[in-house]
Order: sequence, then C-alpha cells, then structure tokens
Amino acid sequence: MSYSEKLLDHYENPRNVGSLDKGDPDVGTGLVGAPACGDVMKLQIKVNGEGVIEDAKFKTFGCGSAIASSSLVTEWVKGKTVDEALTIKNTDVANELNLPPVKIHCSVLAEDAIKAAVADWQKKHGLAPTVKPDTVQGDRAALLERGVLKSGI
Amino acid sequence: MKIPIYMDYHATTPVDRRVLEAMLPYFSEQFGNAASKSHVFGWHAEEAVESAREEVAKLIGASAKEIVWTSGATESDNLAVKGVAQFYQSKGKHLVTCKTEHKAVLDSMHALERQGFEVTFLDVEKDGRLDPSRLQAALRKDTTLVSIMHANNETGVVHPIAEIGRITRAAGVLFHCDAVQGIGKIPFDVEAANVDLASISAHKMYGPKGMGALYVRRKPRVRLTAQMDGGGHERGFRSGTLNVPGIVGMGKAAELARLEGAAEAERVLALRERLRKGLQAGLDLLTVNGSLAHRVPGNLNVSFAYVEGEALMMAIKDVAVSSGSACTSASLEPSYVLRAMGISEDLAHSSIRFGLGRFTTEEEVDHVVRLVVAKVKKLREMSPLYEMVKDGVDLSQIEWANPH
Repeated sequence: MSYSEKLLDHYENPRNVGSLDKGDPDVGTGLVGAPACGDVMKLQIKVNGEGVIEDAKFKTFGCGSAIASSSLVTEWVKGKTVDEALTIKNTDVANELNLPPVKIHCSVLAEDAIKAAVADWQKKHGLAPTVKPDTVQGDRAALLERGVLKSGI
Repeated sequence: MKIPIYMDYHATTPVDRRVLEAMLPYFSEQFGNAASKSHVFGWHAEEAVESAREEVAKLIGASAKEIVWTSGATESDNLAVKGVAQFYQSKGKHLVTCKTEHKAVLDSMHALERQGFEVTFLDVEKDGRLDPSRLQAALRKDTTLVSIMHANNETGVVHPIAEIGRITRAAGVLFHCDAVQGIGKIPFDVEAANVDLASISAHKMYGPKGMGALYVRRKPRVRLTAQMDGGGHERGFRSGTLNVPGIVGMGKAAELARLEGAAEAERVLALRERLRKGLQAGLDLLTVNGSLAHRVPGNLNVSFAYVEGEALMMAIKDVAVSSGSACTSASLEPSYVLRAMGISEDLAHSSIRFGLGRFTTEEEVDHVVRLVVAKVKKLREMSPLYEMVKDGVDLSQIEWANPH
C-alpha cells in the first residue's frame, strides 16, 4: 500500500508520544478501539484554566495510519479550546493524511479519541459531556474498583 | 549486503540463474510447439518437455506419465479438487479438507458446495497440525476426496501426511495434497505418503512464475473431469499449448531441488534458528506461531505482542516480510490460518512471517534481528497496551467498547 508523504512523516517521526499524569484533574484521557480489531488509541489532553488544551500526548497500538492519525490530532488539538477540538472531524484527518479507503476507520478512531479525552476531562470537572462518544471505553473508576485496572491509565 | 532484504520466500522465490540459463534457448531458438508432431521444431520442444517431466516426477517419487503441466498451483488445486469431485460424484458427494488450507483449495471447495457437494472443514490443533483421528472420524461412505496440504504457507507447519495417506488409502478415498510449500525443502514422496494427487508450483522453488504441475496417480488410476477444454493436451487433463520455457525451467528447478535440497534445508534451518534465537534474546513477549518441530526450515511466523504487524512492516521497510495482520488484507480480518489455530485476534494482528531461502545470508539475518528488535521496542514504547500490561493491567478483563 502506498502512503502519502505526510502520513509517512507522522509515522516515522510521531509527535507527542507519551503519557500525561492521569491523576491530574486537568488531564483528560481517552482510550478507544480494541486489541482484537488491531487498533487501540490513547489520547490525553491537558486543559488550562481558560479551557485551552495546552498539551496533548498519545500512545497507539495499530497500523501506520492509526499511529499517524493520532500523531496528527495531538498537533491539531494543542492550542484549541475543548469546544474547538470537538469540531475536528475524521474526514479532516483522512484528507490531511490522504488515507486510503481501507484506512478510514483509523481517522474515525482519532476523532473518537478526542471526544473520549474531552469527556473524561469534563467528567473530572463535573461538567456535562458535550459529546457522548460512542466508543469510549468503560468507566475508569469502575474498572479500578473491579481491579481490572490496577494503576489506571 | 544488498538492501532491501528479501525474507518472503513463501510468497515467491527468485528464479535461480541456472534455471534461467536452461530456459533461455526455448524462447527464440527452440521455440517450437511441443504438440507439433510433424517437424523438428516440435520434436525438440517435446523432447525438452518430456525430460523436464522426468525431473519433476523424480523429485516426488512419481513416474513421468503421472505429471500434468498447469499454469501454477492454483490451477492444480482447482483441477484436482473440482476434477475429482465432479468425476466421482456418482459415487458420493462428500469432501474433506482443513480450515488452514490455501484459498485455492478452500474456494474450490466452496464452489463445489454451491454445486450441491457437502464439504467438511476440519479444525487443526493449537500447533497448526491436523490430528489424523479427526480425519478418520470425518470420513463417510460417500466421501470421495480428502485435500490436505503438506506444509502451510503462513506458518510453515507440516501436516502428518503419511498418516493421512494411510487413512485415506485404507478407506478407499482419494488424497490430494497441496505440496507447494514443502517441495524441495522437506522430503515429499507420493509413494511413502500414499498421495493420489499433488499440486506443485515452480516459482516457490526457484523456477518461473505461471508454471505448475499436478501429479495424478496411475496405479490405482485416478480419473478427473478436465476443467480446461480444448486440444486435448496432457492426455486430456489440461488442454492448452504447453509453456515450453516454463516447463524447462520447472524441470531444472526440480533437478536442483533433488540434488541440493537436503544440504540447502540444513543451511536454511540454521539461519532460521539464528533468527529465532536472536529475536528471542532481544525481546520479551514473543511467541512462535505453530509447531517448531514440524515446520519447513525457512519459516518463522512470530507474534510480537502489543505491536501491530503492518506498523512493524512499515518500520522495517527495507526488509520484505509479510503479516497476518488485517491491515495487510482487503478484508480487514486477521489471518484465518492463525485464527483457526486458536490464536487470539490481537496476536494474529501482531504476527510477522519471515521466509528464508536459498539466497539468505547470515549477515542479512543478523541485520534483520538488530532492526526488528530496535523497532519492536520503539513501537512498544508507543503502545498503550504494552504500557497497561507493564502497569499490571489484565487486558483480557477489559470490556473494550467497540469490538470492530
């Protein structure tokens, strides 16, 4: 499969790989996808007092397109307000990276990761979720309680 | 060392120089049609075709009259499976195969199902091998054909074909064996294994593409319904003007396999083990897919947990390998072969098939080990799953929100 130069650049030099402190009240974590599907994306955002995303980090298990899509959205969300971040659509990601048709689901996952991260941050602040992401993975608190998550993510 | 490095010998092999040399005169000089019985051009072509037939027969313990030329193993599989099923349908319409067979066999079987045949698709064990007792139990009075491959194209796992042949012979059922991946690498003898039909491909054994053969037993005689009608070439089994240069190439490739196969297998096995041990020394959470003991020498199919196969292939783009990841297939489903072995979907997504062969060097293996170890580590640093596992999370207990 041949990929665009932008995609290859994000794959070979991924931006913002890593983790933020999940316990920080200003950090929202989204974890979407499933190992059985071959894609799991973790996106974390750090939101300041003005509601602006000042940092973003990702870790992704998935193909080159999934890694590039997550890298791209970490760049895009930085400096945006959470509401602005929620306007990023999977089609924007797919167009920017020129994803082949079979890889469109990678961009969908990236959009969902933003929604999930924002929802997590909103929850921490007692805010009603703007968007109820349909792929947000189970409640972290509940998972911790059940002992599935020992130290959280 | 030349870059890129080729480690995909199951997909195809380069034509051996000696094979190419043997073929060349048959394009422009000895260009005759082997079916032209009336002049010297035809006689020369026929002579070359018959001597190649002898060579291919010799490699598998057959006689020359039992070799039918085809365009490749896909055609051989189609001819064997459909040809036998259709010819013997008055005797019965039940066929048996295995879930990890090549698509050429599986899809031929599916086509027959649409024609009213009944097919049993046998499960394999966790190590990828067929337990012969499963076959024994599946046979019925109306079973006419069993089709089981010798070595699997993804895992290199070798089935117990001698035992399978004993069962089919005792039951009076015909045994077709897709022998493509084993030929020239591990011993294959149609007498020792009681094989009645066998598919062979030239390009998997350093011969040209577009060239194959089907072994069809004469004693006791196996009959087939031809799938290609026309001039009645190949004793009516397969019409069409013979690909003389291709046949000459396949004959030469068979000769080389017969003379050098054993020594080559030993050398390639040592390289494969060097690769395996190198990877295992450098990485944790690595699993070999399929039996290691019953495997063709050049195959290493491994899963690097928490790293997706296509991402790894992109990271080692100067090394040609293949993956069981869904991302490499149009279907978005991970390898059906690995799934049939009970390997979880996530590990199937993480699988890489290394195929070593005649021209693989120790230097290449060492380079690949270094590269793969470094890239897997890098990708694991980026993997949320690896991070979670290292944090003590039991991934199997998580309810992933969006399965597919």
